[in-house]
Amino acid sequence: MPDIKIVALLLCICMPLAAVAQDSQQRGLEIAKAARDYDRGFTDFTASMTMTLKNKSGDTSVREIRIRTLEVDGDGDKSLSIFDEPADVKGTAMLTYTHGLEPDDQWLYLPALKRVKRISSRNKSGPFMGSTFAFEDLGSQEVEKYTYNYLRDEPCGDWICHVVERFPAYEHSGYTREVVWLDSEAYRLVKADFYDRKKALLKTLTAGDFQQYLGHYWRPGSMNMENHQTGKSTLLEWGDYQFKTGLSERDFRSQTLKRVQ
Amino acid sequence: MLRLAAWLGLFLCCGNGYAEFSGNVAVEAISFSETAQFEGQFDENLTLSLAPKWDGDWNDGADLWSVELFMRADDKDAGREHADIRELLWLHIDGDNEWRVGINTMFWGVAESQHLVDVINQIDAVESIDGEDKLGQPMIHLKRYQDWGVLDFLVLPGFRERTFNAREGRLRPPLVVDTDQVEYESSAGQQHVDYALRFSQTYNDLDLGVSWFDGTSRDPLLLPGIDSNGDPVLTPFYEQMTQIGIDAQLIYLDWIWRLELIHRKAESADRDAFIYGFEYTFYGILDSSADIGAIAEYSYDNRPEGQRGVFDRDLFMGARLALNDAQSSEVLAGFLVDTDNHSRSFRVEASRRIGASWKLELELQTFANIDDNDPLAAFANDDYLLVDMAYYF
Repeated sequence: MPDIKIVALLLCICMPLAAVAQDSQQRGLEIAKAARDYDRGFTDFTASMTMTLKNKSGDTSVREIRIRTLEVDGDGDKSLSIFDEPADVKGTAMLTYTHGLEPDDQWLYLPALKRVKRISSRNKSGPFMGSTFAFEDLGSQEVEKYTYNYLRDEPCGDWICHVVERFPAYEHSGYTREVVWLDSEAYRLVKADFYDRKKALLKTLTAGDFQQYLGHYWRPGSMNMENHQTGKSTLLEWGDYQFKTGLSERDFRSQTLKRVQ
Repeated sequence: MLRLAAWLGLFLCCGNGYAEFSGNVAVEAISFSETAQFEGQFDENLTLSLAPKWDGDWNDGADLWSVELFMRADDKDAGREHADIRELLWLHIDGDNEWRVGINTMFWGVAESQHLVDVINQIDAVESIDGEDKLGQPMIHLKRYQDWGVLDFLVLPGFRERTFNAREGRLRPPLVVDTDQVEYESSAGQQHVDYALRFSQTYNDLDLGVSWFDGTSRDPLLLPGIDSNGDPVLTPFYEQMTQIGIDAQLIYLDWIWRLELIHRKAESADRDAFIYGFEYTFYGILDSSADIGAIAEYSYDNRPEGQRGVFDRDLFMGARLALNDAQSSEVLAGFLVDTDNHSRSFRVEASRRIGASWKLELELQTFANIDDNDPLAAFANDDYLLVDMAYYF
């Protein structure tokens, strides 16, 4: 029979801590939901991005990719990436139906073989086009993909940021933990630290040149992902953002990959 | 060709939509390590290929056009020197219907080591022995999207004959195939109009396709004959056939399971064949970003011995390595073993981007322990190393 006093004492000491923990988890989740709600209703967008890969010795290589994204109510977005550079992969297209915790559906069109291939999307941690961005860094950020823990508020450039820890709840993530900086006004993701499976700092994402579209939706003009362990980095420069372009489900069917332009 | 260029020029200058030009030019060097089996066959060869492509749209993207050509110059093998229109296509999109009219190249199926259900295009057999290079096929094609699946209706006027290496070429049958003496079962010959239908749908992690084809078989029977000099040759004979095919792919965890199944009815022999196998991927091996996929596929063909193809009772085991690096380095290596007569072939394909616009490809092919009655017997001395350097524009 445990001593009732000790139990009482333990309860006294631990309860506030547990309450704080629960409170910070609740706060983290609320911030994630607020960020999702802020970005809701964009319907669809198209954009182009230039990806500059830089290795340790400073050699660079460039990819040109066009992105089309369709907002899906009650599920992850549908997204199409069309590759224009390097020239040998020109015409390659990748279609992704993102889901929350379930694995995404993904198809790849290989123009040399004129073949649409359904591919496994379970490897979230794999590098996207040889860059320092993993597939999971570029997918749609559904709230249920993570559990959250609010850390603090602190200044980040001109803004005040919520600093939130999040822990991937989906399988096969390359990370054990992410720390994200979201500004308190419009929930722009300005910075993120990624910790690998050994809990060591792996990568840092820094986003900037934010622009507002349709008087509401903010998108970064640049995103730089630095890998602290390999010395490699990748700069994504976004351009030609257009919202509500009239894209529909018809533009995101696996068999239409053969004819995307 | 001039007329084609003028037609293209019209599009490029006056279309109000988008238009683009791309493609590649490549030098290919091949070296055979063993003495040729048949007289006159070369040991080394250097060839040049050009594959330009134009495409664009008008009507706000409701109409698209594309042209893709392929040309190979080959000094030593007259059979390999050829030009082909891979694509010359008008595509019209009307809601859930897509109309394609012109010449097109398409792919059906899921398997890696051989392609059973893929019967629309003729194989450009002089380009590669893997059957993945194909000749453009004239067609009228309606693709219709329904909630319950995608339907493809194809009318295929105009038949394309398979390409064959000339006397000097390696990787050919013991006797030269004389394509001047081609014969058809149908009295309409090359003008026979073929028909095909396909249903395909995705059910969660399962992709399913069911296809039907009625018309001239793309696989010729090679019959003994005599050429104009009185030398023995093989002459291609194209039968009529009806084929029903099923292809399915299931993704389960890190496994991809694949099945292709056909039933073919033809005068010479009916044929039931299947290929069944899996690919299992190990992601991020040794804490790197590289992936390795292990592939195993078993092929079966019920035709009597002598009429079977290479994949009659064969097991393919291979591995695909993707480094996922900035140069997109990849290696695919595989063994094909005949489980009856133990003939073996081994193939490695490796590729890597160099700079922004170049791509280097290596291909190594060996044949070992080849049974005299195996369809590969004619290739028994044709182990080769191929180096291909392509510039993409």
